[in-house]
Amino acid sequence: MTASSDGLGVGASLRRKEDARFLHGQGRFVGDITRPGMLEVAFLRSPVAHARLRGVTKPAGAEKRVFTLDDLPGMGTIRANSALPGFRVSEQPALAKDKLRHVGELIAACVAESRAAAEDLAAGCELDYETLPAISDMRTATAPGAALLHEHWSMNAFLETRRDDDVSGLDAIAAAKVTRTLKTSRQSMAPLEGRGVLAEWDPRLEQMIVTTSTQMPHVTKSGLADCLGLDEGQVRIVSPDVGGGFGYKGILLPEEIVCATLARKLGRPVRWLEDRFEQLSASANCREHHYVLTAWAAKDGKLLGVECEAIVDAGAYSSYPFGACLEAAQVGSILPGPYVLPLLRCHTVSACTNKPPILPYRGVARTGVCYAMETTLDALARKLKITPQAIRFANLVPPEAMPYRNLVGKVFDSGDYPESLRRAEKAIDIASVRKRQAAGETVGVGFATFCEQGAHGTSVYHAWGIPFVPGYEQSSVRLTPDGVLEVRVGVHNHGQGMETTLSQVAHEVLGIHPDRVRVVHGDTALTPYSTGTWGSRAGVMAGGAVAEACRQLSVRVAAIGAALLQVAKDDVVVEDGKVRRKDGDSSVSIADVARTWYRAPQNLPPDVDKGGLEITAGYRPDPDTGTHSYAAHAVVARVDTDTGEVVLEDYVIVEDGGKLLNPMIVDGQVLGGLAQGIGTALYEEMPYDADGQPLAATLADYLLPGSTDVPDVRLEHMETLSPWTTFGQKGIGESGAIGPPGAIVNAINDALARIGAEVMDLPATPERVLAAIHACRK
Amino acid sequence: MKPAAFDYARPKEWSEAVKLVGAGARAGAGTQSLGPLLNLRLSQPSTIADLRHLPNYAGVIVAGGVLRIGAGTTHAAIEDGAVPGRIGEIMAAVARRIAYRPVRNRGTIGGSLAHADPAADWVAVLPALGGTAIAFGPNGERRLPLTGFVLGIFETALAPDELLRAVEVPVLPATAKWGHWKFCRKVGEFSKATACVLSVPGAKPRAVLAALDGPPLVIEDASALLADPVREASRVVATVEGLSPWRRSVAETALRHAVEGAA
Repeated sequence: MTASSDGLGVGASLRRKEDARFLHGQGRFVGDITRPGMLEVAFLRSPVAHARLRGVTKPAGAEKRVFTLDDLPGMGTIRANSALPGFRVSEQPALAKDKLRHVGELIAACVAESRAAAEDLAAGCELDYETLPAISDMRTATAPGAALLHEHWSMNAFLETRRDDDVSGLDAIAAAKVTRTLKTSRQSMAPLEGRGVLAEWDPRLEQMIVTTSTQMPHVTKSGLADCLGLDEGQVRIVSPDVGGGFGYKGILLPEEIVCATLARKLGRPVRWLEDRFEQLSASANCREHHYVLTAWAAKDGKLLGVECEAIVDAGAYSSYPFGACLEAAQVGSILPGPYVLPLLRCHTVSACTNKPPILPYRGVARTGVCYAMETTLDALARKLKITPQAIRFANLVPPEAMPYRNLVGKVFDSGDYPESLRRAEKAIDIASVRKRQAAGETVGVGFATFCEQGAHGTSVYHAWGIPFVPGYEQSSVRLTPDGVLEVRVGVHNHGQGMETTLSQVAHEVLGIHPDRVRVVHGDTALTPYSTGTWGSRAGVMAGGAVAEACRQLSVRVAAIGAALLQVAKDDVVVEDGKVRRKDGDSSVSIADVARTWYRAPQNLPPDVDKGGLEITAGYRPDPDTGTHSYAAHAVVARVDTDTGEVVLEDYVIVEDGGKLLNPMIVDGQVLGGLAQGIGTALYEEMPYDADGQPLAATLADYLLPGSTDVPDVRLEHMETLSPWTTFGQKGIGESGAIGPPGAIVNAINDALARIGAEVMDLPATPERVLAAIHACRK
Repeated sequence: MKPAAFDYARPKEWSEAVKLVGAGARAGAGTQSLGPLLNLRLSQPSTIADLRHLPNYAGVIVAGGVLRIGAGTTHAAIEDGAVPGRIGEIMAAVARRIAYRPVRNRGTIGGSLAHADPAADWVAVLPALGGTAIAFGPNGERRLPLTGFVLGIFETALAPDELLRAVEVPVLPATAKWGHWKFCRKVGEFSKATACVLSVPGAKPRAVLAALDGPPLVIEDASALLADPVREASRVVATVEGLSPWRRSVAETALRHAVEGAA
């Protein structure tokens, strides 16, 4: 399907079209957008983790500028259900009703001409509440006698899942067995831009127009319409430039419901912009996992079975649309990783605690699961006295087994998993690390191998029964009278470079120069329905949809072009932006074709397709169980045994994302993910005290890796095509964030092996590393 | 968050500034610490007195073997060589590692010292260099030794109606040796342990251990530390109360590395 001979299509490292506006400060984010008469909102939020709310006393004279739930009747509660058996659904009111369930929960909206004045109102409110015991630890949340967050539930858990393979015989036959207790910390994903909502009611259209920083505008539209009691035609979501999503912007916000309700009630546009304090203290939200993992292996390292007890702290509510159990319930299906695993016994709990609800963060459960599995594999290797590479080679799914269906039913589409590890092994200087270790240096090498399911669709998600199921992805393409191609997609671009890659896809099919392709997204009024940008799906799904729409458009263009050239339809090809006679040099440009359709219809052939030069087409891979990209990470880390500081000396990633639509953009995705993975591994942690108070409310306390904390990574690509997608591309957007914690902690533990110390908990802060060392010296 | 409302005053004379502060105004210099405190509403002063327009607020004067550094001299100016000679080299190297350049462009030596965050760089370094803080109050200038200037967390020897006008540091010989080491989780973060050693031929070596939970620990005679850094670092750190085992280890490491630096 190529109509491009100039190297700007699929596979070209084209510079990003969108960068010009970002680099020149011309991006437009919610915070840049104002409206005449606009009011600003500050929220009165819960100062405590668990309490019964008795009432709010508004500041004298400001009774009409402070709004509680009672003042805004008709707002529906957020209900993100799941069809998984046993799931307990929470009722999350947009403003607190009678209970407060986490610090930062919305209680009242304060409206003023400026944000500062609105905050003055919030500060002037008096709260009357009765404090209840806080459930701040997921391990005790489900203990008998624990106070219940949702009082009609029988326990503080959204869901439990079990897989019960019989592993009882493994002790007798295994050459090695290890058990590890591992913990990942709660994180607060921290995009540069926080959330932001600007709501306005258009009385002419009878429409609520909400400009909001979301990565899933159409899903937000459905959820919001439902909570506002409007039909979906009465809600328009505009998502302008969005400064990073990572899952943080993939949620229906109570703030959206409140702002929309206020805008209609007050008859004025209303805006709320999340600040960093709110982001950190009220929205801390992902990655808090606890594992007890046991693995059995034969002498050669071959895995015989794994047993896992996992708890994920899902917070107080099931957030819309992904719900509260996406992480924990996936642990069992992700644990086998890229390996051939014969037996798995796994029990998971999605615990409900007095913390903000979790959201799926880049990598979702994989980052934690990969960390647990990869560090346990290394512990097994140490016990068996084999190398970390050897134990992985013994278990990686071999290329000849592809497509491979693993024990939990996941189907890996293609790839040579061992080859990625071989390349990583070759690229990293293991010999020099071993030499330095022999000389007494505390330096180590660590590996992590994993695969990433992306773009999984209907067949996977219908079973979850959450508020949406991705189906056929659509794109609308339209030629303008001057031959520019408008490409409309329902996914959202917020750092993925989609305005560029989708232009390249269109160029690949139609040969129109990418500069003459305009990708339109981020407005439900202008784009076809899509579940949005999440799950490493846009390159596969929107890429496939744009290609299909362009292909169909190409047929119509060819027909008109052939008529203009006075030859039969079959005697022309569309390439390089032209319709060309196969047997000669004569051609007409696509612009000429467009001009003819719109402005000189008298020259159209009588049998022209009356649909014209605008097409909406749908696409879904077959099967749609998802692509599997995969990678091997290898890292050299040095540990300072006096301070516990970890220095990453070298980092190698060998990655296979199938056909790379734009290799430079893929590099950027992997590097950005890596930085976030390093954050998980070494820096990021949102601790809560026993009262459920978040303890890292500023970026001085919540450490994010900076540019100097990310080493010069060496990236290698393999390109094994997926047999199921348009160009063979695979979802790869989350990969970089999955491998680092496992690889880095394995390197730390390799360095500490001479002392006998082992790090178990993330992040591997200097304090934790030193504590591990001190524990061995005692 | 946005600051609570406050009045903004821009005194033109030191006497006027002192009057404002005496009446409860909060002094503002580069506002690199005060700004976040205001935004988080942890500080809600009725008035902020912006010191940046006072005479001789910034700049360095050399006179009589002493360098007088205006309180408003920015970290960036010091980084870029505003202070001459050997001590200027030392101070430039310290300044270069304060937070990030945008912070250094606005943040001032006097503001940082008067704010007295135990983890701040000048709070650790100035007592090691020796010298004097020049306070200005209703009765004019008052000289306070830098070694005892910071008394605790956000607490200094300044009276409530005094402002820090300048710091005076000695001109050092080219042969002066200096060691400085601090531990930050990442570039630009506040230190978890800072140590400095100054060794001038003919004088007793001096050391400071800082970024503790209280004022910096000044060792007026660090001869023993230089003679046996491992043992002495351990002894010194053991005298500091309330440190976790990790911070103890990092503090000892800081002292040892500072000694190595001054070798």
